[in-house]
Amino acid sequence: MLTVQSLEKRYKTGDRALTGVSFRVPRGQVVGLIGPSGAGKSSLIRCINRLIEPTGGKIMLNDTDLTRLNGAALRKARRRIGMIFQEYALVERLTVMENVLSGRLGYVSFWRSFFRRFPQTDVDKAFGLIDHVGLSDHVDKRADALSGGQRQRVGIARALEQDPELLLVDEPTASLDPKTSRQIMRLICEVCRERELPAIINIHDVVLAQMFVDRIIGLRAGAVVFDGPPADLSSDALTQIYGEEDWAAMRKEKEADAKDAADADAFETERLERMAEPA
Amino acid sequence: MTAPTRSSPGRTWRRPPALIKSPAWRIVIYGCAAVYLAAAMGSVELDWARISQGLERGARFAEGFLTPNFTTRSRDIWQGMVESITMTVTASVVGILISVPIGIGAARNIAPFPIHSLCRGVIAISRAFQEIVIAIVFVAMFGFGPFAGFLTLSFATIGFISKLLADDIEEVDEAQAEAIRSTGAGWWQIVNYAIQPQVMPRLIGLSLYRVDINFRESSVIGIVGAGGIGATLNTSMERYDYDTAGAIIILIIVFVMLAEYSSSHIRRWAQ
Repeated sequence: MLTVQSLEKRYKTGDRALTGVSFRVPRGQVVGLIGPSGAGKSSLIRCINRLIEPTGGKIMLNDTDLTRLNGAALRKARRRIGMIFQEYALVERLTVMENVLSGRLGYVSFWRSFFRRFPQTDVDKAFGLIDHVGLSDHVDKRADALSGGQRQRVGIARALEQDPELLLVDEPTASLDPKTSRQIMRLICEVCRERELPAIINIHDVVLAQMFVDRIIGLRAGAVVFDGPPADLSSDALTQIYGEEDWAAMRKEKEADAKDAADADAFETERLERMAEPA
Repeated sequence: MTAPTRSSPGRTWRRPPALIKSPAWRIVIYGCAAVYLAAAMGSVELDWARISQGLERGARFAEGFLTPNFTTRSRDIWQGMVESITMTVTASVVGILISVPIGIGAARNIAPFPIHSLCRGVIAISRAFQEIVIAIVFVAMFGFGPFAGFLTLSFATIGFISKLLADDIEEVDEAQAEAIRSTGAGWWQIVNYAIQPQVMPRLIGLSLYRVDINFRESSVIGIVGAGGIGATLNTSMERYDYDTAGAIIILIIVFVMLAEYSSSHIRRWAQ
């Protein structure tokens, strides 16, 4: 379970990214974090694993106060928190296997990791995860040889290789096409339910969030302005999160996107049919 | 609504002056420069007699190149070549091995401030001196011969590789490092998993390039007494033995071209 208590983040420039954010995520719950850009979504999830330093408040992961840790203790806490990134953030020149095994870095000594001699259990787990995300044919391929959707699957496998107690997901679908986006969201939510893993997913795509998550937290200017099940997300609530004009514009954009996706799908089916025809 | 385009006849246009706006200053500055240039040319003492003598000597060089003599002094040439290659290889290996930690320490994004300043200081000192100057100092300290050359080239390699490696590390994709950090990896693991894969191709390329430079430099610093093929070349020139000098210069050209060709091949392979 994750408990965030009156979390504050003020940048050196004086910008207040987060002002008194509090919420609690129980086991197995997938939370979608929505809000306009600059609302503090990225800051919030990076405060949790301390990639950026919160300036106030408390973050409890089960019984550990993450805000008080330093050095080795912080690294030990980080290995319990898996993270999935917007642009995949794979190490491009390492192989799929090396990227997945890098999820164990917090558990093994430097020399073991330097010579890539990971314990057999870690290797077994990595093979299992690579299988699970459907990349068993690409184990020794370099990450930069994969497509966007495949890369994000490697990102998911890397996060799960950590045996995390919490998953932080930063815009997992921002660089993917609509169809792949849905597949990736489905995969993330499935593993969270399987492992009873709490997760926080930053996502700008409200419709996609509503499709998959258990609960939505709306952030505006660093404060929580909505917290509830996706069904309660009325257009009033959305107006409160995004402001009047933005929400209308977003809905229009969404409709256009959906039409584009349908067109693309139709085009693809037709092309496949044509390819199947004898010449 | 925008107004319809009208032609306006008779309006002149001249390109605005690029460097100096004021016409008075322009005349003063360009005038001074011209006067100085004329005076400086006058002080060089053009001596047509010496020029014609020099051209004669140049013709003898050219003759020497056309009839290179590899055999008479083959032992000296061979020894100089071996010395140069030994110097190049050992100095490159030692220099690169020392450069890597200094380069990592000099990268602002992964090294703490005191270490960063220290390493940048070492780099600045190494880059401040031209190889010849360093060679003169080392020859004075350790005597004639390839040891002084080895030290010179190692020292120069450190400045070159460390600087460019540090700059490259400062430009890595931070997202990859952030992802590795978020797994709970320690500092060395971040360097090994997130930084090294990103900078390795460039490090290999720079190292090969430096081997190239070191070989060329090894033939130059020989002239001030730091051993190698440069020393042999200098001796043969002093003896007016232009046939041997021609042979040596041809060998240097062949070796530099070989090094260049093979290093560009290896670089492509290491991508």
